[in-house]
Formats: sequence, structure tokens, C-alpha cells
Amino acid sequence: MNMLISSPHLHSGDSVRATMITVMLALTPAVIVSVYLFGWLAVLLIVSSIVCCMVLEWISLRMMGRSAAAIGDGSAALTGLFLALTLPATTPWWMVLIGCFMAIVLAKQIYGGLGYNLFNPALAARVVLLISFPLQMTTWIIPMHAGNPVINLYSLQDCAQVFFFGIKSLGHSIDAVSMASALGYVKTEWTRGIAVTDALRGYGYNYLDAFLGREAGSLGETSALALLLGGIYLLARHTVTWHIPFSYLGTVALLAAIFSTINPGRFAPPMFHLMAGGLMLCAFFMATDPVSSPVTPAGRLVFGTGCGILTWTIRTFGGYPEGAMFSVILMNCAVPLIDHYFRPRVYGQGLPK
Amino acid sequence: MLRTLFERIGLIAGGFPGGIHPEQSKLTADMPIRDCPLPPVVIMAVKQHIGEECTPLVEVGQKVLRGQKVARAQGYVSAPVHAPTSGKVIKIEEHPVPHPSGLGRLSIFIEPDGKDAWDRSLEPWPDYRQRDVGELRERVRICGLAGLGGAVFPTFIKLVRDQKHPIHTVILNGIECEPYLTNDHRLMLEQAEQIVSGLDVLMYMTGARHGVIAVEDNKLDAAERMHEAASRLGTAVSVHVLPTRYPQGGEKQLIQAITGREIPAGKLPMHIGILCQNVGTTKAVHDAVLLGRPLTERVVTVTGDAVPNPGNMNVRLGTPMRFVYAQHGLETFDGLHLIHGGPLMGERLPNVDVPVAKSTNGMLAFTTDVMVEAHRRPDPCIRCGHCVEVCPARLVPNELASLCRQDQFDKSQDYGLFDCIECGCCSYVCPSNIPLVQYFRYAKGEVGKINRERIFADLSRQRSQARDERIAREKAERAAKRARVKEDVSESDGGPSSP
Repeated sequence: MNMLISSPHLHSGDSVRATMITVMLALTPAVIVSVYLFGWLAVLLIVSSIVCCMVLEWISLRMMGRSAAAIGDGSAALTGLFLALTLPATTPWWMVLIGCFMAIVLAKQIYGGLGYNLFNPALAARVVLLISFPLQMTTWIIPMHAGNPVINLYSLQDCAQVFFFGIKSLGHSIDAVSMASALGYVKTEWTRGIAVTDALRGYGYNYLDAFLGREAGSLGETSALALLLGGIYLLARHTVTWHIPFSYLGTVALLAAIFSTINPGRFAPPMFHLMAGGLMLCAFFMATDPVSSPVTPAGRLVFGTGCGILTWTIRTFGGYPEGAMFSVILMNCAVPLIDHYFRPRVYGQGLPK
Repeated sequence: MLRTLFERIGLIAGGFPGGIHPEQSKLTADMPIRDCPLPPVVIMAVKQHIGEECTPLVEVGQKVLRGQKVARAQGYVSAPVHAPTSGKVIKIEEHPVPHPSGLGRLSIFIEPDGKDAWDRSLEPWPDYRQRDVGELRERVRICGLAGLGGAVFPTFIKLVRDQKHPIHTVILNGIECEPYLTNDHRLMLEQAEQIVSGLDVLMYMTGARHGVIAVEDNKLDAAERMHEAASRLGTAVSVHVLPTRYPQGGEKQLIQAITGREIPAGKLPMHIGILCQNVGTTKAVHDAVLLGRPLTERVVTVTGDAVPNPGNMNVRLGTPMRFVYAQHGLETFDGLHLIHGGPLMGERLPNVDVPVAKSTNGMLAFTTDVMVEAHRRPDPCIRCGHCVEVCPARLVPNELASLCRQDQFDKSQDYGLFDCIECGCCSYVCPSNIPLVQYFRYAKGEVGKINRERIFADLSRQRSQARDERIAREKAERAAKRARVKEDVSESDGGPSSP
């Protein structure tokens, strides 16, 4: 019975499973908002993505001859939930399947499974989907409350038909039900020579709607409020530390504040940046993914700052309207280097003798 | 409250970095220290400290008095061993000691005669301030004192007066940050006067001008009691109450918490003018100097969910642990986890027949319920960084562990392997339950082995080099001799050409 030879003989009781469950709980507000906005489409996407990720994880573990009990750690389910929350409501079933395969098999298990992946699996999958299917991945359906003219999002039958056979099967063209995201609108208008301030006015942009989530976007990205609540919960539970979210959001806000003050016609204001697109989700949930972020406090600050610079740069100058997930994926690559160079000073080392 | 919150979110560095707040479980905080009866036999191992083993001075059949030296110190880093009671030496042989290996060590078995008569050869020195400092240091040495906080480093070694590094502050360690343990807490409550006298001896010996008694805020009663007792020494001594956090009782951590200073790598507290002693050791200094009594007993906390009547006990060194557990109602040990020391840094007991030693601050007995989390199977590291946050040595334990696991010993030393104090905070918080400390201990052991092998190999190489050189030299000498002979011969042949 004496398995444990070495001290300590007590343990905090924390576990990987408990960590994953905490993150899922933190995502609950965002899930509720997504169901409110996109009805059964949200439910279908979330459930199918979670189930698919878990099945793929189980198959991978079996194929590698590992204990399939690891499925119980909740990491695959969480990846599935994350992936679903980054998808547009009209994503078809087969794209979910590809996304889950990308996330679980290519981004996670090929690297060695839980703990060994270089990239955040859900984000890597989302990036692959965005690059492979740019049209579908930037088609934002008009949310239910905004009076979607053709699809009753609260009808399971309609939603299932959209999910499995596409909007065309209902006899509508995609244009009739979609709208631009604020980020995309501003970017397109700018390329047509229209100033950011005018573009925002033309879009009818309203900070309160953006904060509450009454706008176009991916399932779980729209409501800054819901994500903020979840983020605060994660900080309070000590599942994530403040370093990455604060440095990430702070850097974006700072850059936006400086440049929009200099030239408000060219650069969007900080509040717009903070609440737009996937930034909140990335800052609190994606960039803080423990496996693919640095372990040291200083490293985390560097990582968050890097994400912030890249996000603002891609949004402002890049070809894509949104840069949050690209920047996190890019910074993921730098993690081994950051961990190497930003180790804390060991006790007693480097002091005057 | 606010301070703890700030510490948790890392906004202020509260004293020392990292640390954890485990459940205190100080079940025995209100239990006065009881005297343990004399056991049928006491077993004194010849090594109960860090350093060289002692040599037995007594023979089988010899009568000994309490406090009589039964084993002599060998070498500098060593502490002699004394008979814990009067009686007869019945045998001298190997016996298991409290060490997880379960290996034996030469031990002197004494059968108590029940009289418990003291050896009075050491004179009490209540007038210690009239004594020479060297004399006092010798007294501390011959009384066998070693750090009773658990590290058992011979006490006299730290009591030096060095012109280059004068000691300005003596810190008394009454932190007792390990969960469950309350022996120092009770000692401070019940023997505050003696501890303060011991502190005065230490301050006199080192020439320190300040004395600090450090207590955590989970034992404010002890802090108050120490404050009262210390008032007679005036303003030179103060009591510092620190917010409870493990491992604040570590010497380096405590010094950092109080002075804000780190001890530079490879240096000792005395190099920054500080002497740190445990309160139990300080009380033993009082006994040795003021009463002329060598170290023969110590306070032990016997606790854990498997102990029917947990408590604190003043136990003679050498008392078999089975006997001590029995005093607390614990007689059967099937399926229990027995730990020597605290639950976070203590070691598993190999069996219950080992004797209480100078290092025994706690004897714990747990059922499986308490250990279930610690015995969970490890998961892969998810790099959450909790271990980095709690490490008081500011290491990156997860990376260090993976280096140790790959036997990358050189690189692991670059990552601070030997700066690890094995406090166990990293293992405690690890959600994957990775036995990080176990990896570090393994790597330290391997590095030690490699270094010993290297020294041995160096010696062998030097020897073989010396042999080669000798052979070459002898050969050269022979050749030179031959050449000289040859020359002589040829010279005599050719005859002197010069006039």
C-alpha cells in the first residue's frame, strides 16, 4: 500500500479534470448567450463538436495503445466546446467534422496528446478552417433577436435542415440572412476609402450592443460581458493568472488608444477593439490555455504583449479583418523560446557575493 | 485578508516568493505536553544528526547515567550521543533508524533502571554571561545539540564569532509551518522563559544586538506568551508575527520574510549577519548551558486521523515509536501510512520499531482517506505553471522535472536542481499529481553518485599517471645511468685527449 515513498504526503486535491470543468463552467455565460442569439443552431454546433472531439480522442488513444480512460480528463470535451464557440452559426456538419479532426488528431494527438501540443488545438483548427473555407467562415447570420427574416432559429427542424443541408435547402440565399461583422465592415469600408469613424457610423455600431453581444459574430465571441464574467471566474478560481489577459488586452487597448488619438479617421478606438471579434475569448480562454502558453509570470507577460501587438497589427494592416486567433497561434510557436529566456531568477543566484 | 489576496494575485511579494496554504489540521494545538513514560528499552543510534557517525564509548553490561556520553563525536560536523536515562547497556548492534530505506545503523540498547539518575558532571552555568564564549560553544557541542526543527545540523557549528561576518541578529524560528505539527507551538506556550534564556545565551555567544522571535499568525497565543517572556530582555528582542504560509519555517524563507534578504548562492546565513535557530533547539541550549543537561529528550507531536488520542509528548530519545504510538492509543498499524516529521517534508517510516531520534518532530499516522489524493496516478503535465507560482526558490519545477526524468543532470543543475529545498509545494499543487520532488531527489542522488564516481576515477587516473611517470622516470634514470657508464667506458678507452 505504501506507494508513495517521497514527500509531500498531502495534495491539494486539484486535478486536470477539475481544471477543465472550471473552464467549462467559466464558458457557461458565453454558451447561454450563443443559444439566445442563434437558437438551435448553437445547440447543434456545440453538441456535435463536443461529441465529435471526444470520439476522435477515444479513437486516437486506442490507436496509440493508451488508456482510453484519459477521455475522462475533459480536455477533449473542452476543445470541442472551444471550437464550436469560434464557429459561425451556419457552419455545416462536415466542417465541424474537419475542425474536430484538425483539433484532436493533428493539433493534439500527433504531438503526443495532452500536455505536448504546441498549438491551442481549437484555435489551430479554427485557423485551418478559416483559411480553407474563407467564405463560410466569415458568413455571419443575423441573430434571432435582430429579427432574422427567414429562418426561425428557435425551430429545431429549420436549424437541423440548415446544419445538415445548408441554408439553400430552405430556399433562401445566404445573403438574405447574413450581415457583416463590425470588424469586417470597417475593414471593407476602409479599402473603399471610407474613414473608420464614418464606417462605424454607417454600420450603426453601438458599444452597448457590442458589450452585451447583440451583434454578428461567431457563436461565443459576440458578448464581451459573458466572456468577461467567465474570465473573472477563472481569475478568482486561480485557474489562470492575470498576466496573459491583462497584458494582451492592455497592449491592444494601449496601441489602439495611441493611434486612434493620432488619427481617428484611420485607426479604430480602443473600446471598439476590445469588444470586437474574438479578442475577449482569445485573451481569457485561448491564450491562457496552459499547455500552449508560457509557465513563468514574466514569460506570460511577454506572451500576452506579443499577442496584443500581433492582434492589433493584423486587424489594422492585415488582409484578414480579425487577427486574434492568428496572433495566439503565432505566439504559441514562440513559447519554448519564451520559457527558456524568461525564467525567474533562482533564489540566491546573481547576488553580490 | 487583503494582503493574502494581493499575494495570491501576485501584486505584492509577501516576504518570500511562492508558498502554499494547506489545511492546517493542527489537531493538537490545545494539548499540553505530557511526559512519555520510560520504555522497557531505549535504542540510541550513533548518528542522529547531519554529519559524521559517532563511535560508541560504552561496553555491553556497563551502567550508565542519564546524560552520560555513550558515543563520541568523530570529525568536525558531528554531535555526540548521550544516555537518555540511567540503566544498563544490554547490547550494541545494528537497528533500523527512522529513514525510508529501513536500513540499520549501529545502536546502543539501554535497559532503564527506573531511577532516571542524572550524570552531574556538567556544572550548571546560570552565570553564563561571565563565561568565555569558546567555553559555551564547547558546552553546546558536548551536549550533542543539533537542529531540532528536523534538519539536525550540529548546533555549535553555527555559533561562531567571525570578525569578517559579525552576527547582528538572532532569529528564533517558531514558525512551525508544517500542517499537523504543534510541538514548537506548545513549547513556546509552556516553556517560553527557557526559550528566552536560550535566546539570550545565543545572543551573548554571537554578539548579536537584535533578537527576533518569529511566529505565524495561526498561533497568536504563543506569540503573546513569547512577547511577555521576552520583555525582560528589553528592546533588543522583538516578536514578529507573520501571515501563515508554508514553507515559511525554512531557514532561507524565514530570513527572507523577516529581513527581505536572500542568502547568496553557496553562502550561509552568517554571511549576511544572521543566526537562525529553532525554538526547540534554543530551549535545549538553555538546558545545556544553564542546567548542564545534555540533549536526552524532545517534544514530539503524535497525530493524524488514525491516532485515537493525538497529542504532544516529551519523549526520551531512543524510545521505540511503537511505544510512543501506544501512549496515544494506536496499537495496530495495518494499512496505515506512518510518517516521520511533517506531512509535507517528512519521510515514510519503514517500520514502527525504529526509535525516536533528535530529528523526530512529528509522528503521523494516516488512514488511506487522507492520502487518497496524494496517491492518485499521475497525469501528463499540462504546463499550468502552478508549480512555478508556488516555488519559494523560484525554480521552474515542471521543466526541471522533465530534465531529471531524461537524466539530463548537467542541464538540470543549470536549472537550479541543487537550489531546490524539497519543500514539496510543487507536488502539492500539481493538478496532474506529478511527484516532482521525487524526481529532484532522484536526480540529486544520481549527481552525487556521478560526482563520487568522478572523484574515484580522477584518483585512479592520477594513480595510474603517477605510476606511468614513475616507470618512465626510472627508465630514464636507468638509461642515463647506462649512458654514463658507457661514457665512462669510452672515456677510459680513448683516454683523455686534453692535456
